[in-house]
Amino acid sequence: MQVSINVNGGDQSHDVEARTLLVHYLRESCGLTGTNVGCDSSSCGACTVHLNGEAVKSCTVFAAQADGDEVTTIEGLADGDTLHPMQQAFHECHALQCGYCTPGMVMAAVSLLDEEPNADEAAVREGLEGNLCRCTGYHNIVKAVLTQSGGAK
Amino acid sequence: MIPAAFDYKRAGSAEEALSLLGEHGDDAKLLAGGHSLIPLMKYRLASPAVLIDIGKVTDLSYVNDGGDHLAIGALTRHRDIEINDLIGSQMPLLAAATRNVGDPQVRHRGTIGGAVAHGDPASDIPAAMLALRATMVIAGPDGEREVAADDFFSGFLETDLNETEMLKEIKIAKVPDATYSFQKFNRRAQDWAIVGAAILVNNGSSGVGLVNMDSRPIRAAGVEEALVSGANAADAAALAADGVEPPADLNATVEYRQHLARVLTRRGLEEAGR
Repeated sequence: MQVSINVNGGDQSHDVEARTLLVHYLRESCGLTGTNVGCDSSSCGACTVHLNGEAVKSCTVFAAQADGDEVTTIEGLADGDTLHPMQQAFHECHALQCGYCTPGMVMAAVSLLDEEPNADEAAVREGLEGNLCRCTGYHNIVKAVLTQSGGAK
Repeated sequence: MIPAAFDYKRAGSAEEALSLLGEHGDDAKLLAGGHSLIPLMKYRLASPAVLIDIGKVTDLSYVNDGGDHLAIGALTRHRDIEINDLIGSQMPLLAAATRNVGDPQVRHRGTIGGAVAHGDPASDIPAAMLALRATMVIAGPDGEREVAADDFFSGFLETDLNETEMLKEIKIAKVPDATYSFQKFNRRAQDWAIVGAAILVNNGSSGVGLVNMDSRPIRAAGVEEALVSGANAADAAALAADGVEPPADLNATVEYRQHLARVLTRRGLEEAGR
């Protein structure tokens, strides 16, 4: 079936099987491999993207469900060579070790602060509960997100 | 993990969904937010031949003030319930239970109707439906009918819905003055409850729904009766595991679940001021 999604501001249209998951549509049909597959069972959050502006786990959404919708992936955050402020904060706070969880972590963090611009540390920790870092680097991840929260400034 | 192949149909309205259900019957499953069904399909525990996607039937996403009750559209997403002012003021137990569902990403997609229609005893929402004595509005080929939550959850992942019907709306009486508590015990942040308890105390009466304490979402009837008879929180909560048959799994034995149900119910009753 033909599935058309606006990805990172550009229209994409690909002929895929109905059972194609959004994460595979993004990685294989669109060639956007920044979004990772981790647990593949909606636990780890490595596949987090924004669907119509909200963080979702793209391993648990069929591409067909997003037909006609807008998706933003980690590739769509930066403005040319200028990192998104959240990416810059992760860079400055050394909020990544192996980096596998990072795309999902950044997308979840941006969505969290969209909804709760003044999140404090407890709200950040709770708001990122759907994203696992197997390097256990949570301390610096939370620190990075807090630098972008109005409540911490 | 890739699900088995299926035919995808998108319904533009409730009427269209019912007509597609009539056409495909038992071969079809309704797909709302997909956060219960898609994992089952990926594990190949479910392989429907036809998926009828109702995720974009936006006119079934609402919270309406019905005077003495709120009417909640089945396709209202968890996130929208979490932040809804009417639910926050008239039935904060539902908001509290909803905040415990999965994680923010899951709550952006999952719907109240999907969580209820899935009938999972380990899910947080059905326990809140029992405690709040919700009424399910079911649409079918011959019109609509209403079923009380107590009669709706009939078995493990089984409900009173037949293959040509869909859950359309949930009606819940307003309880602005009730006290409440939602207790959930798990080991990992966003995980399913090992045991949970949804507790509502309203004047003399109370509602206690248990999570993961039987093969279906179940009410702790003994606790409710004891409270009506004037028992204190500790004495009433001691009855929380009576008459229910909790599962045993890697997380907990039957005995441990019974213990958790008693402890969580007592904590919840105390938090609700009993």
